[in-house]
This record gives sequence, C-alpha cells and structure tokens, in this order.
Amino acid sequence: MSFLTIDRVTKVYPTANGPATILDGIDLSVNEGEFICLIGHSGCGKSTLLNMVSGFNTPTSGTVTLQGNQIIEPGPDRMMVFQNYCLLPWLTAYDNVYLAVDSVYPAHTEAQKKAIVREHLEMVGLTESASKKPGQLSGGMKQRVAIARALAIKPQVLILDEPFGALDAITKEELQDELLTIWTEHKVTVLMITHDIDEALYLADRLVMMTNGPAAKIGEVLDIPFDRPRDREEIMASNTYIELRNYALDFLFNRYAHLDD
Amino acid sequence: MATSTSKLIIKQRRQGNSNTWIQSQLKKIVPPLAALAVLLVIWQILCPPGSQGLPGPIQIVQGAWDPFIINPFFDNGGNSKGLAIQIWASLQRVFVGFFFSIVVGVGLGILIGSNKVIYRALDPLFQILRTIPPLAWLPLSLAALKDNGAAAYFVIFITAVWPILINTTVGVQQIPQDYVNVKRVLKLSNKTYFFKILIPSALPYIFTGLRIGIGLSWLAIIAAEMLIGGVGIGFFIWDSYNNANLDRIIVALFYVGVVGYLLDLLVLFIGSKIVAEDRK
Repeated sequence: MSFLTIDRVTKVYPTANGPATILDGIDLSVNEGEFICLIGHSGCGKSTLLNMVSGFNTPTSGTVTLQGNQIIEPGPDRMMVFQNYCLLPWLTAYDNVYLAVDSVYPAHTEAQKKAIVREHLEMVGLTESASKKPGQLSGGMKQRVAIARALAIKPQVLILDEPFGALDAITKEELQDELLTIWTEHKVTVLMITHDIDEALYLADRLVMMTNGPAAKIGEVLDIPFDRPRDREEIMASNTYIELRNYALDFLFNRYAHLDD
Repeated sequence: MATSTSKLIIKQRRQGNSNTWIQSQLKKIVPPLAALAVLLVIWQILCPPGSQGLPGPIQIVQGAWDPFIINPFFDNGGNSKGLAIQIWASLQRVFVGFFFSIVVGVGLGILIGSNKVIYRALDPLFQILRTIPPLAWLPLSLAALKDNGAAAYFVIFITAVWPILINTTVGVQQIPQDYVNVKRVLKLSNKTYFFKILIPSALPYIFTGLRIGIGLSWLAIIAAEMLIGGVGIGFFIWDSYNNANLDRIIVALFYVGVVGYLLDLLVLFIGSKIVAEDRK
C-alpha cells in the first residue's frame, strides 16, 4: 500500500454535446516524501487531477486514497499553494499564516501558534515583511507567504499548481532552491504542476508526463536519477540531463504536439 | 514623440515638487466658484428687483438676511427656529431611520447572499419593493404606526434599506472563489470565515449600498417632513411656501444641498478608512 494512490481515476463532465471525458483511467502511486512533477499541455487535466488529490474535485469513477483513506473533501492535510497565491489581501503576511495555524492547531497556546508563524515566515525569508499586506509584496514574496502558510500547518501532501509560473527567472530559481531545502527538512510529499521542463528535472524524483486531452492519460513517468542535494549547474551539464530533457521535449512537442499550436 | 512626452513628464514633476500645492488647490476651487458667480449673475439679470415670481440672489439675501442667513441657531419657540436647528432635526430622523436600515439591510443581505434558496425566494420581491417611491409608504406607515415621528423613521428606513440590502447580498455572492477555497482547505470555522473573509470581502459593496442609502434617505426626509409637519427642514420649506417666503425656501434649499453633499462625503470617508486599501 503506497502513501498516496490514484486508482483508475476518470473524470467526465456533461456538456451540451454529450459527456466530455477529461481524464481517462489515471493510475499513480506516490511514496511518502516523494517529489512528483506533472507536466503536459494546457487543458490536459493536470489541475483537475491535482484537485482530486486536494479534494476540491471528485473523480467520476476511481478513487484517490491517502494512507488508505479515500479523499472526498479538501482538508489541511493536503494543503495547496495556488498559482494566484490566494492570500487574503486585507490581512498582513503574518495574519495570513496565522489564520491557517490558528485553524489547524486549535489546541495550541497563543505563544506556540505565534512561534510557528514566525518560524515559517523566517524560513521563507519574510521576517522583515511580516506586517505588510499582500498588495505591498512582490509576486515572489506573495508566493513565499503562500508556501509559509502551507508548510506551517504541516500537511502530509503539499500540492503546488504552477506555483512559479508568474515569476521572473531569478526569483523562480531562488524559490525552487528554497522549496527543495524546505522539502528536504520537512520530508513532505510534494505534487507539483509545472510547464517548465528544467524546473521539473531540477526538483522532481519522478516526472509524470500527461497526454493531450480530451481523455488525457498518463503517457509516461520518467525517473529522474540525480543525487541529492542537487547542484543546478552540475546536473544541467550532465549527459543524463540532456537526454532526459530531449526525451521530455520529444514527448511533449512531437508525440503529443498540441493541435492548436 | 516618446522623448517629448517624457520631457513633459519631467517638467510636470519639477513643478509638482515646488510650491505648487496652493496652485493645484486653486485650480480645483477657482473654476466652480467662477461658474457659480456666472450663474448668479445670469439669475440676477433674469430676475431683477421688483419682478414677479422667483426672486433674484440680491432680493434673497435682503429678504432672508435677518434672521435666516445670519443666525442659523435662533429659537423663537414652536416651528420658528434657525435653519441649523431645522436641519439638525431632519438629520436626527435620518440617523435613526438609517441606523435601522443598516442593521436590517446588512444582516438580511448577508443571510440572503449566503443562501441561494432564500435568495431565489426573496430577490423578486425585493426588486419590486425597492422601486416603490419613499413617499408612497408614508400613508401606510402613518395609518399603521399612528405617530408622525415613527412614520418618518419608517419612511427613512424603508427608503435606505433596499440599496444596502441588495448591495450587501451582491457583495456576499461575489466573494472570490479563491477565498472560499482557502476556507475549505483550511476548514475554517464559520465564525472565522465570517469575520476574516466574508465581511472584509463584502465591505466595499456594503459601503456602496450605504452611500446610495444615505443619499436616498436625505431625499425622502425632506418630502416626508413636508407632509408630517413639526420642526425639520422639509416642513420649513413647505411652511415658507405657504407664507410666500420664496427667499427662505431658496436659502433652505442651499442648506439641504450642502448637507446632502456632506452626508455623502461622510459615508465615503468612513468607507475609505474601514475598507482595506490594498485588495488584490
């Protein structure tokens, strides 16, 4: 029994032209502490699949189970980091994190809760900006707050939906490094959607490549064999990296080229 | 083109840094004052002293100078009181009625906005009720409440409650899905959701409703007072009409306009202080 199991999951939406199959028979087993990246063209159902793990969406058939328990609704054990951050704009960075901590640890004392919030803001380097509101923070800083909020409640699975998609290249690399550090320390299981093959190869243990929708399936799962901790430049210079990258590009742009492009 | 635009911007900035604050304020104040002066002159030309009907500005100032212009606080007992006292009586009615419309409008609006079934049941009814003119409620409220004061409060209440209620409902319905997702994934308690997400998210809508509501209340109270009598700027206007004191009416209208404008600014100011500035 693996940690997280996606078992024959299918998602069908009714439309005016009859039922549309979005996902068709997805099987995936994820081990505890594993870092999984999902890649595939827009509209292939990656987000739908992750939403079934987070519980915001439910499969038409098949099951998603975490440690043997079927997932039927959202919960803080499967915390999401959304692409658009989903921070509350009227609360400071500190209060955004505190809101989550306060809700998930009702039995903690005030001092314990405050300590958890401070610890996680420090972890993402935002101690100085704790009293700022999201409107005063840059995109990268907002995403840091969202990551601090997610990790502060110690989820079993951390789900990231294109978390760095809207960020510039330098901020993106910084946050990737921070995410890896945090993942190593927390040993949290990570599922992450990305459009960036280099990001996936740097971060993931396994890269799940999805075929085009409608009726998307898991096309192939690539094992990414680099030792950890990884050095970005070192792995990027290796032949394995180039082979894996070309393989993934070939999968996405030749075998499953997007028809609209 | 591009260079000339950027030069222009630099020029403007340099000017802005120097002692031009007064100048920029003057730019805002001078044009409306000039327009007002021109209008008064045209008015005076159209209504010269001795003409029948509407008095000109000079006749108004002469006729109403003592005591209505120079002493807004005189009190000769009965209805013979200064305009500030009359206005204050009207404002008190508005504040009482408006207070109840805030309580009921925001409370019901949150309930209706949070529940689709209640919304479907009540929204058509409210859409009809809100179009009933304020004064149409007056005979009914006089008959039912049998008290002039209470009827005035009710008219204010029923006038202001609809925009507050409808805007609050929309504000609650428009809470972005992102924030609802935060609630769901964190399993926030209803109380936390209410105070940390629902209210802050709906506040801008609520204040839009309050602003419309206070404006309508002010419209309604003047008309309602004409009918119920007593101390109040509305009855003062009606009383002046019956005594053919057109100059007093025009002075009173000036007061009504300025106070209405100040009420609007007051709600706007409170809203800007309470509603968080940085959203999104």
